[in-house]
Amino acid sequence: MSLPDPALSDSVILRAENLGRSVPGKILVAGASFEVRKGETLAIVGPSGSGKSSLLRLLNRLDEPTSGTVYLDGADYRQIPPRELRRRVGMVLQRPFLFPGKVADNLQFGPKQRGQTLSPTQIAELLAGVGLSGFESRDVSNLSGGEAQRVSFARALANSPEALLLDEPTSALDEAAKREVETLIRQIGQEHGIPCVLVTHEAAQAQRLAERALVLEAGQIGRNGPVKEVLHA
Amino acid sequence: MLKTLFHGQLQLGLAQAGVAALTALLVAMAAARRGIHLEKDLAIAMARGLVQIVAVGSILLLLLRGRGWTSVFLLMAMIVAAGATSARRAKGMPGAFQVSTWAIACGAGSVIALMTALGVIDTPITALVPVGSMLIANAMNTNGLALNRFRSDVLAHVGEIETALALGADGKNSVSPYVQVSFEASLIPAIDSLRSLGIVWIPGLMAGMLLSGARPIYAAIYQFVLLAMIFAASGLTSLISTLLIRARVMSPAEQLILRPGQ
Repeated sequence: MSLPDPALSDSVILRAENLGRSVPGKILVAGASFEVRKGETLAIVGPSGSGKSSLLRLLNRLDEPTSGTVYLDGADYRQIPPRELRRRVGMVLQRPFLFPGKVADNLQFGPKQRGQTLSPTQIAELLAGVGLSGFESRDVSNLSGGEAQRVSFARALANSPEALLLDEPTSALDEAAKREVETLIRQIGQEHGIPCVLVTHEAAQAQRLAERALVLEAGQIGRNGPVKEVLHA
Repeated sequence: MLKTLFHGQLQLGLAQAGVAALTALLVAMAAARRGIHLEKDLAIAMARGLVQIVAVGSILLLLLRGRGWTSVFLLMAMIVAAGATSARRAKGMPGAFQVSTWAIACGAGSVIALMTALGVIDTPITALVPVGSMLIANAMNTNGLALNRFRSDVLAHVGEIETALALGADGKNSVSPYVQVSFEASLIPAIDSLRSLGIVWIPGLMAGMLLSGARPIYAAIYQFVLLAMIFAASGLTSLISTLLIRARVMSPAEQLILRPGQ
């Protein structure tokens, strides 16, 4: 991989260096090196089983790399306590996995882990940011799929992350809900400047949302660069 | 019917064992028709159980005539065997044998020691070993139930657990809800035994005490004593094992180790 442009290197939030993970008898990810800059969305695309989600899970250390490392704001993430790392690098999964109870309780979950509490105003702002104003007291069991996924975005944002990892966040949603979540992902990058790493199996979605893309094939990065160049190659 | 066919005690015992085993196998075959295959496990368990109990019975004949302190070694050996047996119910969980053995040793062991010191369990080897083995066996069952339930619950809630981890939760706290449920579920048989004592279930020990000349009211009270001790030993074992195992399913970097297919 080419060296980063010195003019842009200050804005690099996440940098994976020779990142890999193998389990007995199988290489899941091998030698992945790439950067994610402030405000941009990087799409990871590739066929099923190519290692997209495995690579994403290495970025917040939900799985342990067997080679290489990740730098968060220039610091080797192995030197950062895992709980702090995951607070700083948020994640939204394919299914929202909301905790039983009210929407507001879900938003409080992350801050509570650090002994902090969000004020009602902060909760209202977070919900407004995902288009769910007034949902504070709603029970999560009464939410639609799209609403639940937007709550999971708000819950991740409640931790004030420096980067967000999105693991196929629209694949379980219908078309209308999918468009709403895509709008939300654009806002996160443009308005909050939070870089996103988006795993998707849809090349069209990658083109709609990402500035850059990397293609994974059998755990290895095949192509990496501006989304239009990579996906039209 | 069997008594008319078999006159020797040994032959009668083997015939009774054969009929009982056949009944158990018929149940396993009925389960197999519904796609639940227990036949192999059951056949091996029954063969092992029969050989073990006959062997132990023969050894006990010799040991029960031995000195009192030998009971400590007998009970320790039983604890290790119980740890190995119940650890099998926790397939894929790292350190299940150590956790089970420590939990049973601390749970059942401490109740046996305390009750013996207080005079609730008699010190002669003929009393200490049979009563102690009952506490260990029940602690083993409870421990197996707790670990098995914990394992299934964690595997069924990987998404929820990893969501909590991804939001910055502590590894142990992420699996805490499943620790609590496993602990409660593992104690259901012990609580039900206490609740149904004398109505649904009359422990074999009571018959033994009556046969050996104990007063019926004392024999009855001692059944309650025994079940209360079983509950204490089982509860403490389950409490310790579920607390120990929750740390074992997380790596030092707070990653969930126990996941489907691993």
